[in-house]
Amino acid sequence: MKKLAFLIITLALWGACQLNSNKNLNSAKGIVSDKDNAGLKLPDGFSALVYADNIGHARHMAINSNGDVYVSLSNVKDGGGMVCLRDSNKDGRADIIKYHGIYDGTGIKIRNGYVYFGADTVIVRYKLTEGELVPSETPEVIAEGFTAQSQHATKPFTFDEDGFMYVTVGAPSNACQVQDRTKGSPGIDPCPILELHGGIWRFRAALLNQDQAKEGYRYATGIRNAVAITWNNVENKLYALQHGRDQLGQFYPDLYTDEQSAKLPAEEFLSVNDGSDFGWPYCYYDPVQKKKVLAPEYGGDGIKAGRCSNAENPIMAFPAHTAPNDLLFYTGSMFPERYRNGAFIAFHGSWNRNPLPQEGYYVAFVPFKGGVPSGDWEIFANGFAGVGEVKSPADAKHRPCGLAQAPDGSLFVSDDANGRIYRIAYNGQ
Amino acid sequence: MKRIFNQVIFSALLGMFFISCQSSGEKKKTGTVNSDQPAAETANNQPVQAAEKVHQENAVYKKYCLVCHQADGSGVPGMYPPLGKGSWTGKDPKELVLILTNGLKGKVEVNGEFYNSEMPAQPQLTDEEIADVLSYIRSNFGNSFDPIDVELVKKIRGGK
Repeated sequence: MKKLAFLIITLALWGACQLNSNKNLNSAKGIVSDKDNAGLKLPDGFSALVYADNIGHARHMAINSNGDVYVSLSNVKDGGGMVCLRDSNKDGRADIIKYHGIYDGTGIKIRNGYVYFGADTVIVRYKLTEGELVPSETPEVIAEGFTAQSQHATKPFTFDEDGFMYVTVGAPSNACQVQDRTKGSPGIDPCPILELHGGIWRFRAALLNQDQAKEGYRYATGIRNAVAITWNNVENKLYALQHGRDQLGQFYPDLYTDEQSAKLPAEEFLSVNDGSDFGWPYCYYDPVQKKKVLAPEYGGDGIKAGRCSNAENPIMAFPAHTAPNDLLFYTGSMFPERYRNGAFIAFHGSWNRNPLPQEGYYVAFVPFKGGVPSGDWEIFANGFAGVGEVKSPADAKHRPCGLAQAPDGSLFVSDDANGRIYRIAYNGQ
Repeated sequence: MKRIFNQVIFSALLGMFFISCQSSGEKKKTGTVNSDQPAAETANNQPVQAAEKVHQENAVYKKYCLVCHQADGSGVPGMYPPLGKGSWTGKDPKELVLILTNGLKGKVEVNGEFYNSEMPAQPQLTDEEIADVLSYIRSNFGNSFDPIDVELVKKIRGGK
């Protein structure tokens, strides 16, 4: 009898514990988060669930006003480079998953009833029909003429509210050397890559068949590669984050130690204006000296600024090589007040900080006020990698790559390692 | 898929080699070395000279290859292909030498995954360094392929 009572009490306690950990993601709709918060570490009051899993190398996301989710894949899977997901039974998780479109890539956004898709050499759009998950079969070309690249080839993009589209055209190079990533090879001066790469180009959002060289307008330059790019509608302003250059120590061991090379340069958070020049390839941002420094390929010694004294500084510096891959300004009402209009940033995680451990593999948050950071950045969601220490990027089970805000205010995070889509909600008091 | 093929930009020479050498098998090392056992461990039981050679090979790898292909040869997903089991490491030595001396650019497929990046040419490496580093890779990261002889490298590079 005693044993039975003990068993009942134990079961009751266990059950209570389970109930407690199964927080309601959205209590009004009866959505329940995963017991382990999908493996994530989150601030108090937040919980998470796996919205979809193993859908392919999931890059960026767009969420329609009806809650349908569209994800770009870096490689076509099951006959499509775009994944269309719907939660039809309203349990908070996708139950209809369709693959669509011949293009694969990174950029994806919804605008005026179309899904726009950024393949590496062309930006197209597919028409959405109200009520239907899968968009039109035939895409229309919006922007084209981008050259095929084998570095920084992705075409992420964003829209302002005045009918323009802003597209990152990354540099197919590390530092514009004569021989890319080769020790001793000097930087080309002036760098010819900047004519059609290494910046952000502006196009008409709804005009077909625009050629980059003819109709594209170079809105900002000196940006090596900005996978994270977004228009902030509250500030009416463009923001982006740069992937800083690599291998300072490997190519200039006399100027940089391995540790300095692992920590230089900063990943830069950029406030982008028409005509901005952030200095790549001539300059990089040193977060210790807090200034733009002349790159060694252009005669720099790790200290002097030279021509870089005119290059624009970032509004915030992040650890080197952490690869910011998406940026989202939160405008929902689900999260607490301090998150409102602040920036979430998905850090894909580094590959070249050896011999130091790799860094990143988390989603960060930056509070904002009046268009500039109002406090230091913090790690918002961590644990994606699923291992204690990432020594090599392949160790990471999941890598944050894309961010999107759902109509209910929950935050979606995509993972391009194993194709998991996370949904993070706030349910605390 | 057509797009993928379009993006694979090998040098003409490399392309020829890939076509002609696709069928060349993975020559498993004969003898007592277990395929799962890293050669470094095996080397510990061997004369000092062999141990020094392994160390030397590591130095070349560390200096030129490690930053991208990583200390454990696992590469970087989507960018730099892994060098371990099922990778190109067991290909015909001629292909491997040419990849090192000419570099490699564009989308490649390894173990069902795609990698798109650029590997710089490494013409500065001596024949000895190429033989050493390729032999090191072929006997590490879970590989157990035959080492590549310096004379073969010399022959492939045309006595350079």
